[in-house]
Amino acid sequence: MKPRIGRRSVLVGLASLPLAACDRVTESQWGKRILGSVDALNRRLQRWLAGPDRLAREYAEADISPQFKPNGNTDPGTDAYRALAANQFADYRLEIAGLVERPASLSLAELKAMPARTQITRHDCVEGWSCVGKWTGARLAPLLDRVGVKPEARYVLFRCADSFAGLFGTAEPYYESIDLEDARHEQTILAYALNGQTLPIENGAPLRLRVERQLGYKMAKYVMRIELVADLAGVGGGKGGYWEDHGYAWYAGI
Amino acid sequence: MAKGRGRVLILRHPALVRVTHWINLVCLTLLLASGLQIFNAHPALYWGNKSDFERPFLAMTGELGADGQGHGFLTVYGHRFETTGLFGASNDAYGELEPRGFPAWATIPSYQDLAAGRAWHFFFAWALVLNGLAYLLYGAASGHFRLDLWPTRRDVGALPHTIWEHLRLHFPKGEAARHYNPLQKLSYALVIFVLLPLLVVAGLTLSPQMDINYPFLLDLFGGRQSARSVHFICAALLLLFVFVHVVMVLVSGVWNNLRSMVTGRYRLEDER
Repeated sequence: MKPRIGRRSVLVGLASLPLAACDRVTESQWGKRILGSVDALNRRLQRWLAGPDRLAREYAEADISPQFKPNGNTDPGTDAYRALAANQFADYRLEIAGLVERPASLSLAELKAMPARTQITRHDCVEGWSCVGKWTGARLAPLLDRVGVKPEARYVLFRCADSFAGLFGTAEPYYESIDLEDARHEQTILAYALNGQTLPIENGAPLRLRVERQLGYKMAKYVMRIELVADLAGVGGGKGGYWEDHGYAWYAGI
Repeated sequence: MAKGRGRVLILRHPALVRVTHWINLVCLTLLLASGLQIFNAHPALYWGNKSDFERPFLAMTGELGADGQGHGFLTVYGHRFETTGLFGASNDAYGELEPRGFPAWATIPSYQDLAAGRAWHFFFAWALVLNGLAYLLYGAASGHFRLDLWPTRRDVGALPHTIWEHLRLHFPKGEAARHYNPLQKLSYALVIFVLLPLLVVAGLTLSPQMDINYPFLLDLFGGRQSARSVHFICAALLLLFVFVHVVMVLVSGVWNNLRSMVTGRYRLEDER
């Protein structure tokens, strides 16, 4: 007896053809290139509409979320990080290096002495949810002026203490990057406090980047080192960030 | 066979309307499927500006039951429905039940990949908007909206009668079929001028940079999470419209209707 293919399975098979085709496009290099071609368009158009200076909306104390949802990594968990945390980050140093005139190594106390800003803003996760939190931190622009950005620098790179496990058990460190326009935006801060308290470990202690014009994955937690670079190609997977290396757009204003 | 079969062929749909109609279909299909992929990254909806994680008004959840098996649930305003296989938990490509909002056959890509879903969504959002603008410019400049779509006073007056006729599956024939009937005018106008623009604007409000460019967007919807919910509900209403639209196409002369949207020619049937 010949194997019979049921009518139902034929129908289901036919119906799933377009879907399978979409999966093939998703996985192909040309598909990625075509679909991703609108990223630059989104960035240029959105930035052009606003200009560099406009601020993200700031909210009232009453709007603050009861709990600011920790997402992604909630504890780097390495020995080096644990040692820093055990001492309330007294031995923490933020390294600023790369294409700068005067590389620096700053303690939390020194960072807190820099021009600061407090802002109650909405945090939009790429997954779709939003939380409102009050962030206090050192503005990035004065820090960049302090170290002196070399003219050839185009991006600010953030290297973090946390990592995700790669497919072969290797640790893929979290990193992120923004351009100088975002870096010099008034609301771009390195936050050391959330809702008036010392920044909790689950939210990125001791230092977390806030880039209020973009989605949450740009706002690196556990920032250990800042580098000014001319090009993102040589870092990590070359796309400018951990999530960018895993398919997400570098521009996350949308 | 000859009875009720007229010979008069009219040009019902101009070329631009036909082309934009089919491009629109492709865009909306891909936007819906990639949108459900994006929704699946956080299958819960809220009102207001921020997410009150304890109280979404709609949520799809996958949970382990007392029987040791996975179950899918849809919860809407506190009403909980078991929806295993459809919402909350459904089979992956290997037939294994996994927690996910909408099932694999409804999302692009079929497996969970938020980054890819976003790439599809933004690409075809541009296509939808550019296609829609071409249609709107044509419709306004050619008089298509004014002459064919905009419901007149008489249309509104005739609405109860038209609805009754539609329910009995009686459709206009002869001279009356030269024009959209009142129900068509009203539903098309609502979709073109209200539902689709609202869908697009609510989608734009989800972009943090757009909220900075146009802060009134947040006030228009009452916050970003409300905009996300409105975006979702508009998509659901659009799907409902498409369903009714396709049923109407099927029951009111499928080949005649399809031909009119492909070649433009529509055959007027004799009046009985």
